[in-house]
Amino acid sequence: MSAATAPLLSVERLTMRFGGLLAIDDMSLDVAARQITGVIGPNGAGKTTFFNCLTGFYKPTEGSVRLNHPKRGLMRLEALPSHLVAHKAQVVRTFQNIRLFPKMTVLENLMVAQHNTLQHASGFSLAGLFGLAAYRRAEAAAMDKAIGWLQRLDLIDKANTAAGDLPYGMQRRIEIARALCVDPLLLCLDEPAAGLNPRESAELNELLKHLAGDEGIAILLIEHDMSVVMNVSDHICVLNYGRKIAEGTPTHIQQDPNVIKAYLGEDDADEQLHAEARS
Amino acid sequence: MATFVLAPHSLSPATRLKDAAAVAFIALLLGIPMIGLTTVDSGGALQIATRWPTLFIFVGVAFAGRLVLRYGIDQFKAHQLTRERSSAAMAAAALADSSGRSGGPVLTWIAWAAFGVALTLPMFFADNRYVVDTATTVLIYVMLGWGLNVVVGLAGLLDLGYVAFYAVGAYTYAILGTEFGWGFWQALPVAGAMAALFGVLLGWPTLRLRGDYLAIVTLGFGEIIRVILVNWTELSGGPNGIASIPRPSFFGLELKPPGDDPTFSSFFGIEYSPIHRLIFLYYLILALALLTNLFVSRMRKLPIGRAWEAIREDEIACKAMGINARNVKLSAFAIGAMLGGFAGVFFAARMGFISPESFTFSESAIILAIVVLGGMGSQLGVVLASLVLVLLPELGRDFAEYRMLLFGAAMVLIMVWKPGGILSHREPTLRYAADGEKR
Repeated sequence: MSAATAPLLSVERLTMRFGGLLAIDDMSLDVAARQITGVIGPNGAGKTTFFNCLTGFYKPTEGSVRLNHPKRGLMRLEALPSHLVAHKAQVVRTFQNIRLFPKMTVLENLMVAQHNTLQHASGFSLAGLFGLAAYRRAEAAAMDKAIGWLQRLDLIDKANTAAGDLPYGMQRRIEIARALCVDPLLLCLDEPAAGLNPRESAELNELLKHLAGDEGIAILLIEHDMSVVMNVSDHICVLNYGRKIAEGTPTHIQQDPNVIKAYLGEDDADEQLHAEARS
Repeated sequence: MATFVLAPHSLSPATRLKDAAAVAFIALLLGIPMIGLTTVDSGGALQIATRWPTLFIFVGVAFAGRLVLRYGIDQFKAHQLTRERSSAAMAAAALADSSGRSGGPVLTWIAWAAFGVALTLPMFFADNRYVVDTATTVLIYVMLGWGLNVVVGLAGLLDLGYVAFYAVGAYTYAILGTEFGWGFWQALPVAGAMAALFGVLLGWPTLRLRGDYLAIVTLGFGEIIRVILVNWTELSGGPNGIASIPRPSFFGLELKPPGDDPTFSSFFGIEYSPIHRLIFLYYLILALALLTNLFVSRMRKLPIGRAWEAIREDEIACKAMGINARNVKLSAFAIGAMLGGFAGVFFAARMGFISPESFTFSESAIILAIVVLGGMGSQLGVVLASLVLVLLPELGRDFAEYRMLLFGAAMVLIMVWKPGGILSHREPTLRYAADGEKR
């Protein structure tokens, strides 16, 4: 079967232009199922724009984003509105600046993520209004799923607390738990380790490996924390000024001269010359 | 604890004096031209005269006033700080007790007490038209508040034109009743559906708007409906309105003086009294309002209700969770409008006469004030706020032209005292209990 070997997501010649600004320039990338793909690059390289294009928040100027959905077949994500990307294509994202429902409890946040399933079960509110058994069962199942993720992410003690009242690191975990409640095929995490302490980062590493390895969820990861990216990624793509400058395994990326130049600056060669001249 | 709490706000006497002196100095600067100097008309020519004693009194008052004001503000802040700390401690205690339902029992108790009072009120005031009539007005506003709460309190869509749906409901019934001879109960669902349709009509073009922009558009929508009612004379009777709208019947029994058909009084063999109709109307709106409450509370706990609140909290996150924000917002507009429409039908039936004058912007403002004052999203808060907003002007009747002033002052005071509304507590739609699941 070719479907088994074909990539889960293939981005082809993606270009995103905002007026005169070229945010993403002719970028292509394949994301394999059950793997963690890291996307790194300096600030302003276009990583978050790339996510916005994948998840329907932006309409790319050119190029295509194709998802090989195991049940629905080939889907073109660039043509779908954001809510269908999450609902039908099961490509779910988190945000760089956490976006929870702050006044709602943690459990409610996770229930909102299961809105489509529950709304369907509630017969567009009619069955729910009269409390029919079918709806009550669906609600209990949704609760079970939410509670299951809360337990695994060590958040169960805070289930009834308003999400906005919790510390930053915990809010990051809640956002991931909420995204997991949408049953993602591909989970796009935008800087999940930002603001986490080293212990929390290490826990995040374990979680990501578990999700990809045991749950079979493909992960696309934007991250600045190299201890996370290099540790968990199977494959890394490096962006700079909207262009893909390198791609490969973590060890390969660490040695790539283009990547070193993008991160450490262009002056390396000059300084070497100066040093030689002085000696 | 008290001394510790006071510390950040208690200033030394010297600082206070310096502060007051600064204010007095500004008062002096302003006062010299405004109070110290005055023009007098002496024999046709304007001359400048001085009023130094008045100026000194003015400066002295400013000095003393500032001292007192500053002290008052400090006391208030210190008091607030103490309260914040104690409420934080209470919140921590509530958290520690994981099964504790914070704020729950007292509010439930108040709600049941209010329900009891509402149910028995006409029995105590059976011969008092004024009380029953005012209570009916309160209940109309309660129902409108509960309807608008869906749009503003839950979905967070600021709607300044809610009265438009109230008008659509009222006019739908008025036209169906006078032109086609429909009864109250037949027209009720139709008018509700009509209002819901208008809700969608308003919601559709405003889907991309939020906050101030949405408020302006809804304000305009409310005015458009009113202007149409004033000008489309063939449909709405224009400024003259529509009169002799049929009254609601009690299961087919009319509430009117005995005639040929069996009436309410003749059927039950009691003596006819005009107050029967008022009491019937009171119970009718009570039933409608309670149904509204039941419906909205139930909806809040359903997926759609949680989605409304989620849209209020963060629309972009909703989209990322696969929620169709358009449908969620439109459903909030439609359901809020439908409830407003029901209230409109009742209003038309109660008054027997409607005209565009009953549906001005100030009505929208009062309904919105009820929702905001009550605490966005709080059902019981709406009841309390309706009581305040309807009864205050009534109680103030003795003060004649000052009553609106009193009313405004009372609203300002409530917002200072409780910025989040009278009841800003939010009860979660479901809870996790460690031993099992319960709602």
